[in-house]
Amino acid sequence: MTDLLAARSQMALSLGFHILFAVVGIGMPLLMVVAERRWLTGRNPIDLELAKRWARGTAILFAVGAVSGTVLSFELGLLWPRFMQFAGPIIGMPFSLEGFAFFTEAIFLGVYLYGWDRISPRAHLLAGLLVVLSGMLSGIFVVIANAWMNTPTGFTITAGEVAGVDPVAAMLNPAALQQTLHMTLAAYAATGFAVAGIHAFLLLRDPLNAFHRRALTIGLLVGAPAAILQPISGDLSARNVAQYQPAKLAAMEALFETRTGAPLLIGGWPDVERRTVRFGLEVPAGLSLLAHHDPTAEVTGLDRIPPGDWPSISIVHLAFQAMVGLGSVMALVALWSIWVVYRQGEVSGHRRLLWAIALSGPFGFTAIEAGWTVTEVGRQPWIVHGVLRTSDAVTPMPGLVYTFLGFTLLYLFLGAVVAWLLYSQIIRSPRQQDWHRVYSPHPATNP
Amino acid sequence: MIPTIGAPELLAGAILVSLTAYLLLAGADFGGGVWDLVARGERQQDQRALISHAIGPVWEANHVWLILVVVLLFTCFPTAFSQLMIALHIPLTLVLLGIVLRGSAFAFRSYGGDDEPAQRRWGRLFASASLVTPLLLGTGFGAVAAGRVQPPSGAGFIADYIRPWLTPFTLSVGVLTLVLCAFLAAVYLTLETSDRDLQEDFRIRALVTGFVAFFAAMTTLALAWEEAPLVWHGLVASPRAIPVHLATGACAVIALQALWRRSFRLARVAAAAQVGLILWGWALAQFPLLLPPSLSIRDAAAPVLTLRLTLGALALGALVLLPSLKYLFSVFKSSAHR
Repeated sequence: MTDLLAARSQMALSLGFHILFAVVGIGMPLLMVVAERRWLTGRNPIDLELAKRWARGTAILFAVGAVSGTVLSFELGLLWPRFMQFAGPIIGMPFSLEGFAFFTEAIFLGVYLYGWDRISPRAHLLAGLLVVLSGMLSGIFVVIANAWMNTPTGFTITAGEVAGVDPVAAMLNPAALQQTLHMTLAAYAATGFAVAGIHAFLLLRDPLNAFHRRALTIGLLVGAPAAILQPISGDLSARNVAQYQPAKLAAMEALFETRTGAPLLIGGWPDVERRTVRFGLEVPAGLSLLAHHDPTAEVTGLDRIPPGDWPSISIVHLAFQAMVGLGSVMALVALWSIWVVYRQGEVSGHRRLLWAIALSGPFGFTAIEAGWTVTEVGRQPWIVHGVLRTSDAVTPMPGLVYTFLGFTLLYLFLGAVVAWLLYSQIIRSPRQQDWHRVYSPHPATNP
Repeated sequence: MIPTIGAPELLAGAILVSLTAYLLLAGADFGGGVWDLVARGERQQDQRALISHAIGPVWEANHVWLILVVVLLFTCFPTAFSQLMIALHIPLTLVLLGIVLRGSAFAFRSYGGDDEPAQRRWGRLFASASLVTPLLLGTGFGAVAAGRVQPPSGAGFIADYIRPWLTPFTLSVGVLTLVLCAFLAAVYLTLETSDRDLQEDFRIRALVTGFVAFFAAMTTLALAWEEAPLVWHGLVASPRAIPVHLATGACAVIALQALWRRSFRLARVAAAAQVGLILWGWALAQFPLLLPPSLSIRDAAAPVLTLRLTLGALALGALVLLPSLKYLFSVFKSSAHR
């Protein structure tokens, strides 16, 4: 393994790991605040138990998210010092703002977690809302920085020297709005569906369990609207990519030849040697329609890109297919759930729907990993699109394969521990003795 | 010569303030981990519970100061950041491992239910990671002070990636940092409980580490004469250093005396001032250099528009942060309670 590949793998691992926790840090607070709000208005003790359990879950995941985020902020420099030397002054701004947003989130999460009996219920709910808001903002700022790597603006290069640095123009780069919207919706959809999926699964085994029923409802309340809006935001993103990153779009669609009225490719295995796609399904003029909202529009193919500047076509294409496929299923399940609620009042009696929700539980997180694979692998060989190559940005430090191995082991270990803790502390039905506290025989008379 | 103060110096100042906050707040959290590791005697479980109770609500907020330092460095002083990340690749990677293990082990212990042996294992991991992290971070400070953070010379792996940070001087700075963290933690912990015996436990620990810190500081200074002449000169010979020295010494004496007389509030203020002044003394000694021996704050600075906007962002951030932090500490640190 070369040092460059080790550095890229370590970065991919660290990002892929951190994203899961970052997304939970954005999505979970909303669930816990919704549950707390329902407790304050409805006084159903299950809602309070849910708010407390989800807060506990958020605490574990937020801690891992915070430390794995710290790892990333160092790794940007440890692995890509030349990238940071170039990009720091241009795109450091959103990172600074993210620092503050994250700070606010950490402060009020501390207040929320440890302040249940120290501050008034209203102040407590407000602390939770501030966690929701600052969590969302920190995600947005980080994604703005990533959008800049895809569509860099706010500087000029004259004779190899960077000049005219304008951090505001860099923040307002052409992909910023599309990417932040897409990622924020993804965070809510993924978290909501994961929670709904887990409790749908538990309801299938224990259909009358009121605890899981309320948890499922709140999960869908957060996840379903986001999942339904996501395809619209995906369309905005795709058109943006078509305009500013034609090589990435061509790789996403495995479009080897520039074409007018280009078809949309569904599935298929790209054969890069022969420049064809096997086993794919083509929707005539579909790609032109989606990318440019015009069925006859020309879509740039890989033939217009020097082969040395191609990303890995198969990885990008497959990841893109996975993201779109999973996202579409989630949107359909969300619509189905709304339909069933509209017809029957609640979803928990509909076993087929429960199965669908349970199966799509992990789809959101999988789609997020696939989507980031499209964004990042699709930009290669550039670290800053069209400006700086990844191979020119890497640290001169040798032996990076050892740190990569070390971090792989560390993250595997942490992932296993977190999974076990979530299961034993958060997901499992309350035990008998807790159950009596939470679930009195006469909920209506319960204070 | 009066140096000019402009945006680069203000931002270097902001980095120093963040670093100070990190040392005084997160440093004490690491110190708490050290006391967890060495908890002994019949009250060891109570000591551990007190430490956990004290750092639980605040450690994540305290940790963010480090992220602020990193972000300000790469935004405003990209050349220095790049050199630091290359020359100190190994210790900083290990610091990261320490940060990850400390934070997650603490969270796992706090929220991992009541399985006794598992709790103990997480506790040990939390405590050992708390020991290693400030030690290595301090070693990195030492490397900067000694002027060893340089672009790689190509003279080989050892010369470029090991020698910058592995010398008697850098190690002594690491030990000093660790001792100061433990000292701060012990002083703060006297105010976290109303239990007399526990208070006494940490008072003794604070007094002992206070004296150890004095000897560690003297050792570091002696080694600086050989290895970090620039900083040694700034610390010992420069006229601008003398007031700082006097103030540091006065704070140290006040802190120890206050501990002796059990005026714990005064001790907390004096100890924090003492540790902060040690950091500031170092910064003043190498001013206007960012990375001795030659990279100055001015030379390393980013374009002026970036600096101005960052100053604006800092002002805006402070407007949100300071009231929030005040609230956090007023909810959890306003009075001694268990």
